[in-house]
Amino acid sequence: MAVSGTFGLELAEESPGARAWRRLVKRRGAVLGLGIIFVFVIVAVFAPLIAPYDPVQQSWSTIRKPPSLQHWFGTDESGRDLFSRVIFGARASLLAGVVSISIALGLGVPIGLLAGYAGKWTDALISRITDAMLACPFLILAIALAAFLGPSLENAMIAIGVTATPIFIRLTRGQVLAVKVEDYVEAARAVGNPPTRVAYKHILPNILPALIVQATISVATAIIAEASLSFLGLGQQPPAPSWGSMLNTAQRFLTNAPWMAIWPGLAIFLIVLSFNMVGDGLRDALDPKER
Amino acid sequence: MLLFLGKRLLQLVPTLFFVSLIIFSLQQLLPGDPALAMAGEERDPAVLEQIRRQYRLDQPLYVQYVYWVGGVLSGNLGESMRLKEPVLTLIAQKFPVTLQLALMAIVISLLIGVSAGVISAVKKDTPVDYAVNLVALWGISTPNFWLGIMLIFLFAVYLGWLPASGYVGPLEDFWLSLKTTILPAFVLGNSFAAVLMRHTRSAMLQAMSSDYVRTARAKGLAERKVVLKHAMRNALTPVVTLGALELGTLLSGAVLTEQVFSIPGFGKLIVDSVFNRDYAVVQGVTLVTASTYILLNLLADIAYVFINPRLRS
Repeated sequence: MAVSGTFGLELAEESPGARAWRRLVKRRGAVLGLGIIFVFVIVAVFAPLIAPYDPVQQSWSTIRKPPSLQHWFGTDESGRDLFSRVIFGARASLLAGVVSISIALGLGVPIGLLAGYAGKWTDALISRITDAMLACPFLILAIALAAFLGPSLENAMIAIGVTATPIFIRLTRGQVLAVKVEDYVEAARAVGNPPTRVAYKHILPNILPALIVQATISVATAIIAEASLSFLGLGQQPPAPSWGSMLNTAQRFLTNAPWMAIWPGLAIFLIVLSFNMVGDGLRDALDPKER
Repeated sequence: MLLFLGKRLLQLVPTLFFVSLIIFSLQQLLPGDPALAMAGEERDPAVLEQIRRQYRLDQPLYVQYVYWVGGVLSGNLGESMRLKEPVLTLIAQKFPVTLQLALMAIVISLLIGVSAGVISAVKKDTPVDYAVNLVALWGISTPNFWLGIMLIFLFAVYLGWLPASGYVGPLEDFWLSLKTTILPAFVLGNSFAAVLMRHTRSAMLQAMSSDYVRTARAKGLAERKVVLKHAMRNALTPVVTLGALELGTLLSGAVLTEQVFSIPGFGKLIVDSVFNRDYAVVQGVTLVTASTYILLNLLADIAYVFINPRLRS
């Protein structure tokens, strides 16, 4: 671990970030995952340029057409091009994954820092609330929250973010407890740094690796959660394309148009698999025992 | 042991208190006036006033909370506005269905997950190990509702071997019950099997490098006996307790699986209630699920201490 900041020293030749990246790119699974995520991000950002058709444009002459040269993934029950809908659907999924986990990080990390650093009653109170939230099964709590907030992509992201928050509170708290007895934290405190500065400048950078790994894996969980809420009708509302709601519709036409169910599911599977592979790779790359 | 049990039970009190607060506050998130949501199409001020009085919505929040908790403690979770039945009766009707699915899913995932994990650990760093790890990664990354739809297409629509949806109780017709639940149970157990496989693999690797396994090998025991009798038995303890912690995920998964296969269980009850704005049922189901999870956690902790002699003292 590089000891930097407090004494203005840089003992390691290579920065921790560069070292982690060097180790990460040695792992084939993680590189493949990063590649697939990169492709999905490009597809999501440039969706209007890549998609051959308007994703919400209905066409009564092309209802439930199987995959062909004109429509690579076939068409749906309203004659909409599935390839274009899958491309635009990437936006909802990636946005939901990243935004909801950002909400969870934004709420969970400061609360976890407070619990771990302050200790005593503050810690006991926060820990019990975290236990209580973790006791409510993730999806059931997200469904209940999304239902009470009203069905929309924004509310689904809030519901998933809030539901994922206790994971980050518990992780941050645990990491802070391990790190706060280290010499460099004691030193930072001894020279008179206020608690907030010690927490954010000296503790947070050292617990980042664990948070990054958890965040990556949680993005995968959040994407599945968004797809699940959309599948149940609690996420992105039709006609806007979302992989989950596309699967919901596809289920009704399984006998006549099975291709409608293949592509959105495959897209969810690929993006979730990629985030899981990168998460696994990051865990190995950032593991101090591997140094 | 008694001291541990007492301490553990005491810890439950604040957790349950906060669970009740979270679930109670769900209703407060409801945009607008809850009485309006409860009244549905009805807009008569007298009716709204009566609803407010009946559900104590005109009282301060803490009073509402105290009445709600009082009701819960005496077994009254309220009444379903849609079905006009007590929430507890509805839960009692639906719970056995989900329990059957969950138990079948656990058996399937134990069979697949534990055996795959043991094989993977014994064959560490071989193509078999890589293949099992890939399958586990696939299991974790596949959304179970998509897997359900694909299996319905294959086994019901294409091959015609199994029914696409519906449910028959095991006491009505055992074989038909098995036919209607085997696909959803497999779908539900799929990701759980992958998680169990990962836990089993790492616990087995740890057990295989321990002194007692080395001693067993030095005694000249057959490798099969070393793996199955010495390593696996010890490795399974943490796996079982970790497995119990994952049961909450199984309950979450049941929501989607039951929706895909139109199974009238716990999960379908909560989804139907959500869409019909039947908030008492949503709160009741969430409360029962959370309490079940807390109870399972407690049992897992006790089992862990009970099985492990070093912790017992």
